[in-house]
Amino acid sequence: MAHRSVYRGLLFASPWIVGFLVFQLVPIIASAYYSFTNFNLFQDPQFVGLHNYQRLTSDDLFWKSLFNTVYLTVFGVPISLTAALVAALALNMRVRGQWFFRTVVFLPTVVPVVAATYIWRWLLNGQYGFVNEALAAAHLGQPLWLDDPPWTKPALILMSLWVTGSAMIVFLAALQDVPGIYYEAATIDGAGMWARFRHITIPLISPVILFETIIAGIFTLQYFTQAYLLSQTRFNAASGGPENSLLVYGLYLFQQGFVNLNMGYASAMAWVLLFVALAGTLLLLRLSRNRVFYAGE
Amino acid sequence: MRASDAVAVAIRSPNGILPKVEQPTLRRASALAARYLVLCGIAALYLFPFVVVVSTSLKPPTEIFSLPPRLGSNHWTLDNYRAAFEAMPFWRYLFNTAFISTVTVIGQLFSSSIVAYSLAKIRWRGRDALLILIVATMMLPPQVTMIPVYIAWNRIGLTGTYLPLLVPQFFGNAFFIFMLRQFFRGIPEELLDSARLDGASELRIYWSIVLPLARPALVALAIFAFMWAWTDFLLPLIYINDPQQYTLSIGLYSFFSEHGVAWGALMAAATLMSAPLIVVFLFGQRQFLQGIAFTGIK
Repeated sequence: MAHRSVYRGLLFASPWIVGFLVFQLVPIIASAYYSFTNFNLFQDPQFVGLHNYQRLTSDDLFWKSLFNTVYLTVFGVPISLTAALVAALALNMRVRGQWFFRTVVFLPTVVPVVAATYIWRWLLNGQYGFVNEALAAAHLGQPLWLDDPPWTKPALILMSLWVTGSAMIVFLAALQDVPGIYYEAATIDGAGMWARFRHITIPLISPVILFETIIAGIFTLQYFTQAYLLSQTRFNAASGGPENSLLVYGLYLFQQGFVNLNMGYASAMAWVLLFVALAGTLLLLRLSRNRVFYAGE
Repeated sequence: MRASDAVAVAIRSPNGILPKVEQPTLRRASALAARYLVLCGIAALYLFPFVVVVSTSLKPPTEIFSLPPRLGSNHWTLDNYRAAFEAMPFWRYLFNTAFISTVTVIGQLFSSSIVAYSLAKIRWRGRDALLILIVATMMLPPQVTMIPVYIAWNRIGLTGTYLPLLVPQFFGNAFFIFMLRQFFRGIPEELLDSARLDGASELRIYWSIVLPLARPALVALAIFAFMWAWTDFLLPLIYINDPQQYTLSIGLYSFFSEHGVAWGALMAAATLMSAPLIVVFLFGQRQFLQGIAFTGIK
């Protein structure tokens, strides 16, 4: 009986298992192999040992792209998650028509990323864009968002604030799981709004915050499409933007692999990314060990 | 407890319960006004880009490039939409995108749900290890597998077709499997056990008991899969070369490459491309938002 149920379990799970072997495990092994070769798709791969990895260490664009991606992760993730949390707190307030406001905040998240990126290219246009128009009205500086190297990454982060809907919904669900009785007890004890937020809300939703941070971090490390389309010029895709300030890691990997057909070199880059993602996740878990509160422990 | 109750408990409803209406004393009224003020401010920020896009798409070029920029117009026109339709075979792209999205939804519905059934409802040794493996693959950057998978499709001569986009959809997706597994676990075991005692096979239980009860989760999956396929950019960019096979994403991208800063037509095309998704979302938003709350992921 026990044996039969193992077969049955495996049988029902077989679509994923087969897919995993064919589309993930074998490719991962192949990718490791390619990373030790020179391979341009037309000739057989040539084994070159650690050459690709050595080349990476002296490749300025590799370091630039790694810097750009780490920049977006370190600044972009906390900023956009904070925005999502603030939106979730606001949308958790009890008012009539709550669903309307939730729908509105989520709506941008369903706009296709290609459309959303072009929309922001227009909004952020230095001369005719409405973002700068609003800044001018508030008597603030008006950067040339997409043409001035120090401003391109902030532009990407600003853009990401418009599509925080998913994180917002997850935070909202977590907020609704916080028992109201805690707040009532704290209010009776004289805790103000901030104290309640700091000492009840934050600890109780901290596992969700950690989870969202890891997920958002991993997605940001893989960032590609928005940077690709923001730096796209007529007839020249994958340009990397002014002074390569938009050359994120995924974009440089794409250039090497699919534009220059340096498949071996790009595979080595992919492996470095995998280790960066792993190291980042472990670091985050370590740092959060004493700061995340798991109910029931 | 009825099965439907269990299901109702299993789905946390993000916007199910109506808020209590507060007593209209003066202090409460001003607190309420402050809440609305905050909410309307947030809503205005999120809606503003939509207003700009639609306004730009309906304006003649002379007004698009006016200084300072204005939202209103004296000459509303549909010319930009006409230009967008002339510059690209919109209906062709729409059909291609809808085709890919539909096949993706069908593939994921069947494959992800049967794997989730194995993880949630069949007791077997190794099942927890498999779940951990599935969750772990979510962390794997797609760049690692992208290149060897491309090389393999290239070697068997199938790049330039839809197969590299469609075939993987029939082998389940870690996010969907995880989401459905969470949902299936809320379906009471007694229900399945009594069917087993009556001699029903696992396949039959999966098909006639679990799937019908899981309808809300399946709807959420369908909407997710549809949207992912509809908006996907990287894979069509890599695999599709023939303009006749372009999806809307790639079509809009190549439109920009060719016409650059024709902002009016570009915004018209962006509106046309987004509208179907916004409609799908507005119809299925309840399930969709619940699905996100379940997995924590879009």
